[in-house]
Amino acid sequence: MATVDIKGVRKSYSGREVLSAIDLAMGDGELICLLGPSGCGKTTLLRIVAGFIQPDAGQVLVAGDDVTKLPTARRRMGMVFQSYSLFPNMTALDNVCFGPRVAGQKRDVQLARARQLLDMVGLSSHEAKFPHQLSGGQQQRVALARALAVQPQVLLLDEPLSALDAKVRVQLREEIRRIQRETGVTTMLVTHDQEEALSISDRVAVMNGGRLLQVATPAAIYREPADGFVARFIGSGAVFAGQAQGDHVRVADFTLPAHAAAAHPRGEPVEMFIRPEKVQLTPRNGHIPTGALAGEVRETIFLGSLTRVRIAVHGATDLHLWADLASEHAEDFKPGAPVVAQWDASAPRVMKA
Amino acid sequence: MNRLGLGGWAILVLAAIFFITPLVMTATFSFWEGGDRYGFDSYRILLHSPKLFESAWLSIQLSLASVLALLVLLVPAMIFMNLYAPRLRPVFEFMATLPFVVPAIALVAGLSALFTGPEWLIGTPFYLVVPYFFLGLPYAYRAIDVGLKSIDLDTLTEAGQSLGASLGQIIRLVVLPSLRSAMLGSALLTLAVVFGEFTFANVLLFHTYAVYINEIGQHDPTEAAALSVASFLLTWAAMLGVLVLGGGRRPAVGGR
Amino acid sequence: MRSPLAVFFIVLFLAVNVLFMLAPTAMLAIQAVFDDDGAFTLEYFQALAQYQYASSFENSLILSLLSATVGVIAGGLIAFAVLKDDAPRWLRSVVTSFSAVAANFAGVPLAFSFIATLGTLGLLTKLLKTWGIDIYAAGFSLYSIGGLTLVYSYFQIPLMVIIFFPALEALRPSWREAAENLGASTWQYWRLVGLPVLAPSLLAAWILLFGSAFSAYGTAYALTSGNIALVTTEISAVLSGNVVSEPQIGAALSVGMIVVMVLVLLASNLLSARAARWSVKS
Repeated sequence: MATVDIKGVRKSYSGREVLSAIDLAMGDGELICLLGPSGCGKTTLLRIVAGFIQPDAGQVLVAGDDVTKLPTARRRMGMVFQSYSLFPNMTALDNVCFGPRVAGQKRDVQLARARQLLDMVGLSSHEAKFPHQLSGGQQQRVALARALAVQPQVLLLDEPLSALDAKVRVQLREEIRRIQRETGVTTMLVTHDQEEALSISDRVAVMNGGRLLQVATPAAIYREPADGFVARFIGSGAVFAGQAQGDHVRVADFTLPAHAAAAHPRGEPVEMFIRPEKVQLTPRNGHIPTGALAGEVRETIFLGSLTRVRIAVHGATDLHLWADLASEHAEDFKPGAPVVAQWDASAPRVMKA
Repeated sequence: MNRLGLGGWAILVLAAIFFITPLVMTATFSFWEGGDRYGFDSYRILLHSPKLFESAWLSIQLSLASVLALLVLLVPAMIFMNLYAPRLRPVFEFMATLPFVVPAIALVAGLSALFTGPEWLIGTPFYLVVPYFFLGLPYAYRAIDVGLKSIDLDTLTEAGQSLGASLGQIIRLVVLPSLRSAMLGSALLTLAVVFGEFTFANVLLFHTYAVYINEIGQHDPTEAAALSVASFLLTWAAMLGVLVLGGGRRPAVGGR
Repeated sequence: MRSPLAVFFIVLFLAVNVLFMLAPTAMLAIQAVFDDDGAFTLEYFQALAQYQYASSFENSLILSLLSATVGVIAGGLIAFAVLKDDAPRWLRSVVTSFSAVAANFAGVPLAFSFIATLGTLGLLTKLLKTWGIDIYAAGFSLYSIGGLTLVYSYFQIPLMVIIFFPALEALRPSWREAAENLGASTWQYWRLVGLPVLAPSLLAAWILLFGSAFSAYGTAYALTSGNIALVTTEISAVLSGNVVSEPQIGAALSVGMIVVMVLVLLASNLLSARAARWSVKS
């Protein structure tokens, strides 16, 4: 178990910068998700920490020791790959034994350790099976046990769940969280799935275009996204580009209430962001209160207890707003229905554009 | 990282030496005119030899006929077998393995033991198309099998039929086009293999190109060397054809 | 079966195979056990024990074993080097196209190339002599099993390269990375993962190379002209009437070859089932 410090790590491929000066500090036993769209550099960063890629500049420190020049095999980091990384010629048990075996441990020590780990991931009864006889979820459990068998200082997971189907994905991510807590191993997980990142991380690191945009707890990321990209990427909601105007934001021809705008100089280009659960809808019958937007329901998406409604704003064809309604009240808001959307002026978040 | 290293380079350099030396030596040898004179004599003589062109023309005809026989006999049979009689698959597999188990020379022995007539069959060089068909069969079978597996014939046929197409239309418009590269690849390979084939022609006493080279070689080594160089270049041309025309099936290996 | 056309084509294909492949093969087996008067006999098979024929089998087997092994090892190493991460990209196209050429450059032209190079009067032989190296005095002969192995390598190695590329590409980079990550050295990775995973492909490739050498005829014919007896050249000698022997001997030799190929194929199936037991569904 150890802290990980990534300091000023840069990487370019043939002149194209894929990582620009990344700094990230992971606490002992912390689980951090690197979250971002594909091509944002998150996998490159993970592979630099693992030692598969050498950074152009910067350092990786584990428990205070510089490991940047250390070969992968001597870093003691367990890694779980996206898929198909189990050795196909070995049983589940032999796969888990692999690390201790190449380290020259005695066979009975290997076996004891491997059986204990297979038990931890709930696969004791499958130890004699070959990878192709296991389901995708089971294979990733074995891969997890195999990575833990070397008693790693750091556990690295490269999109471990993305090849699995939805139900298994949810089960396994909860299991990863449980096992990570039990073992207390410092863990870095790469994913492009924001729900996955928010549900299991201690902190989430959002990346785009080779930069770290925000590193914060899931709740903070959700409530207070650092910029428009994070806001759009995490959860759902509407982002409007406009100018700050006192405690309002001017968007196209509308002046929308947002207390947070007061923190910005008048006329500054900003992005206003509002989550669907903060938007209230009422059927429109004539009068439109100040600060409210008139619009028309375009589509409704049933999400179980909630129904998400997309509203096209009148007089501005490219402005869309999302609102979450309790499903039992959603009957009045069929596509085509005229509505009025309102929100509390303290709800929107306003960010420098 | 998976690096080439000194050992890797050493392997590649040694391989290059092994494979290039005989070619260079043969090419040089073909220019030898006795003593220390070098020139194009042997090539000149060959170009004026009508037997060379006769034998080459025969080999070309035989290659084309063999390709035709292979495509006409094998492709429809494989398509229909997959569609209507998948239980016959093991039989087909067995047939495609046989030419590997029965060496060419053994097949010639069997053919000459079994067929002593009629003259119209065994008296013409085109009798050779029979063994050449089996020479190309394993390659062509493998290639077309891979091609058929990649297109999910049953679903395609059902989809086509649901859209109102007849079986003939489906085969002509959907199945054959998707087998194009497999058919082209096996056709070119068969062309090359048959063109240089020696066993059957030599034993059955037909004057094909390879038999002619052998004859020349008995009395004039430099001319034989010239022919060897020429056939290496010919084979290369055919193979480049395979790679260029049949290429693009495998994605290029790119760096990360 | 719905379409009469389908029946026609399937039956036609099977009929051609039965008539021109199965029947001739069966004919060989029959011919080999009946004497000129039509009486059943095993004397022709017993005749295979004679020195001339036994040694031709021995030579053919040694040559095939040797050249297949050389081909698998050398071709495997070349394919492996070409697919390294930092090998130049053009190298692969060059090696692939050259291999496709060289693998098909068998037979008479190949034999002549080597005679022109390493024959008693070959250019390289003479060149080496001017440097004071007399390879023929040192015991080398192009017309020996060793020489033939060298010549056969010229098509065996490229054949291996071509068939081994796909197998090597099926080795997933993540296996290597996982092994490295778990602390394995390169050697440990190959011993515990790489080679065991490749074993079935290696075996299949070896069998293919064995078969290609065992049934090779043109190269041997043009090179040995009777110096070394191989099964293929013995059969052709019987067929063309160059030697005084009954046609039944040719048939018996042919049946012998087929038996060897069947045995090799069966052995390889058994071995590869063992080597690939981890990939068999159960």
